[in-house]
Amino acid sequence: MNTLTVSPSPHVHSGDSVKKNMYGVILALLPALAASLYYFGLGALIVTLAAVISCVFFEWAIQKFLLKTQPSIIDGSAALTGLLLAFNLPTNMPIWIIIIGSLVAIGIGKMSFGGLGNNIFNPALVGRVFLLISFPVQMTSWPEQSKNLTSYLDATTGATPLSIMKEGLANGESVSTLMSKIPSVTELFVGNMGGSAGEIAAVALLVGLIFMLIRKIITWHIPVSVIGTIFVFSGLMHLANPEAYAGPLFHILTGGVMLGAIFMATDYVSSPMSKKGMIIFGIGIGFITVIIRVFGAYPEGVSFAILIMNGFVPLIDKYIKPKRFGEVVKTAGK
Amino acid sequence: MLKTFSLGGVHPEENKFSAGKKIEVLPVPEQVSVPIAQHIGAPSEPVVKKGDEVKVGQLIAKSTGFVSANIHSPVSGKVLKIDDILDASGYKRKAIIINVEGDEWDETINRSDKLITEISLSPEEIVKKIGEAGIVGLGGATFPAHVKLSVPPGKKCDILILNAVECEPYLTADHQLMMQKGEEIMVGTQILMTALGVDKAVIGIENNKPDAIAHMSELAKKYNGITVESLKVQYPQGGEKQLIDACIKRQVPSGKLPIEVGAVVQNVGTTYAVYEAIQKNKPLFERVVTVTGKSVTKPSNFMTRVGTPISQLIEAAGGLPEDTGKVIGGGPMMGKALTSIDVPVTKGSSGILIMPEKIATRKPIENCIRCSKCVSVCPMGLSPYLLMTVSDKAIWDRAEEEKIMDCIECGSCSFTCPASRPLLDYIRLGKGKVGQIMRSRTK
Ligand code: SF4
Ligand code: SF4
Repeated sequence: MNTLTVSPSPHVHSGDSVKKNMYGVILALLPALAASLYYFGLGALIVTLAAVISCVFFEWAIQKFLLKTQPSIIDGSAALTGLLLAFNLPTNMPIWIIIIGSLVAIGIGKMSFGGLGNNIFNPALVGRVFLLISFPVQMTSWPEQSKNLTSYLDATTGATPLSIMKEGLANGESVSTLMSKIPSVTELFVGNMGGSAGEIAAVALLVGLIFMLIRKIITWHIPVSVIGTIFVFSGLMHLANPEAYAGPLFHILTGGVMLGAIFMATDYVSSPMSKKGMIIFGIGIGFITVIIRVFGAYPEGVSFAILIMNGFVPLIDKYIKPKRFGEVVKTAGK
Repeated sequence: MLKTFSLGGVHPEENKFSAGKKIEVLPVPEQVSVPIAQHIGAPSEPVVKKGDEVKVGQLIAKSTGFVSANIHSPVSGKVLKIDDILDASGYKRKAIIINVEGDEWDETINRSDKLITEISLSPEEIVKKIGEAGIVGLGGATFPAHVKLSVPPGKKCDILILNAVECEPYLTADHQLMMQKGEEIMVGTQILMTALGVDKAVIGIENNKPDAIAHMSELAKKYNGITVESLKVQYPQGGEKQLIDACIKRQVPSGKLPIEVGAVVQNVGTTYAVYEAIQKNKPLFERVVTVTGKSVTKPSNFMTRVGTPISQLIEAAGGLPEDTGKVIGGGPMMGKALTSIDVPVTKGSSGILIMPEKIATRKPIENCIRCSKCVSVCPMGLSPYLLMTVSDKAIWDRAEEEKIMDCIECGSCSFTCPASRPLLDYIRLGKGKVGQIMRSRTK
């Protein structure tokens, strides 16, 4: 008889793996990718491929030549970072800038902290914010959707709903006149507006959310608390002064709110571990997003909000513990 | 909605291959090895010596304290020797080895199958007799039953909960026992209720056993105060704290026993043994053992004498499959991997699970990706990823603060972790250390 394996319990495993989760998120991003290709055509394809390939390459190269460890690109996390980075970029972004962004995302955002599992900040957002600061012009000129299916660098650019709103309000126009210049809520929902590659189609991103919830890749806590907070907070401001502050639907359907709430804030590594912590994290992101959008210099605030809250995660995890069994002490019936 | 416990939980593949298989009485082996430490607490003290003739049911080792248990001979024959043997723990421990001759039972044991419903003993007499009969928790915990039934002064018990969830995958011994000995279990429940002085008992059964729920509910109609609670399938519902929470929505506080919330939990198998001890004067020396596994040709439930080498049970279930990689005493979540198939069945052997090599080996460990899944599934509301880290780094005060001692070692965290991290291995180590530190403090 062959020798018996002796190891401590449990003797079975769920079969879940890092790979399954990473590829699960990638699958969940495919509807949004399809929407991106539909609205932005060639540009979306080039930007996505460039970001994914360079992120995977940098992870492989850093592990192989710098850290001299076994490359782990097979786990899908680098490809996912690339995909998320691409989704946060305008689709007329030159390849060389994307390569720089990928290097920053993987090299600084992920590997400098010790690789998957150790990074404090969402790597794709580190890449994105680096590019936003270094290349503000390229990062804030978005191709007009549906007019540029076969163009890339030469795409005609236009304003996004958020920038129309921000500039209009700054020029003293009222919300109601500005609303007539931007697409209707239905069009915003299906993604018919200017913006970064993967952030536009709320409907496609929501399909991804449902998929991830069913597959138990993430829980509802972060997306719901981010979107809910933005909705309630911007809604209250709108109620207080409808002519000075845009409505809640406008806020949640434009810019990177859906992409951020569903895919960026839920990044395992850079989000809290307890359900309560996740909700606090989500509320913080929602709050900061609205503050930046309404009072800050940038029309868009989700990326900064997530990065800021990423920084608070160690603190949140330290003080916010999961609900323990037996905390609510109940005594005998009589 | 079906009831279940409030926090965490997982749902491993059930694989109850031996469900519905009638309990077969396994022939008495030629030789038995009866370990003297088969229960939680102090090992018993042998009262027989080499060469002694023994009968079935005769006391062969005496309890050595309150938390300890008597051991009775499972066979008739001659004591060959008292010697160290390899037992299910993987260590060499003392056992009484008996060569079997015939099958002669102690005359005081009533061997008829006739149901006796009338309870004639007083609560004190019942507890005493349960102690004498050497009954321990048969769900696998092997905690002496009479200890749990002795409610400490100042505490009050108002409800008995019967653990019939059999939440471990693969195992079916309790399920089958309910189907065949339901009536006896009902009387056993009444005996326990009398002993505790309570008028309510709940039998918790997971709803993957609809036949048992129907059968027991039907029987319960005839018995005052006994109800059956159908529970949602969720592991580890068989954990005492989880079961109490599921059935009656009371949470036992950290570091406390069920009696704190007025409940006492006993397993159904134990309850059957109580019936036999009180009504038939039969001490505990045999039990139902499930023998099962993906490649086992004849998954079965056997009525087996304590001390029988498990190799005989495996033989009776069709033999050890070619692809065997691991043999587990108990279920896949909390059972113990055995070092050899020559170890004997003990009072705590609920099952023997034979695992093919393919699933017996663990996957390589990866970095923690902070997915928080281990936190979500922990039924005690702990942070397993953190407990592993602090145990690894030996930060014991932090481990204590994070309630490492609350861990019930259910294994849900390791089962779930996508990075295949051996969370429970480290937590166990940490528990051992923190337990030591805490004990030295009270001294
Ligand atoms: S083994 Fe312990 S830490 Fe892990 S899930 Fe079970 S109770 Fe929680
Ligand atoms: S389940 Fe595993 S990977 Fe996920 S947080 Fe827990 S230890 Fe880390």
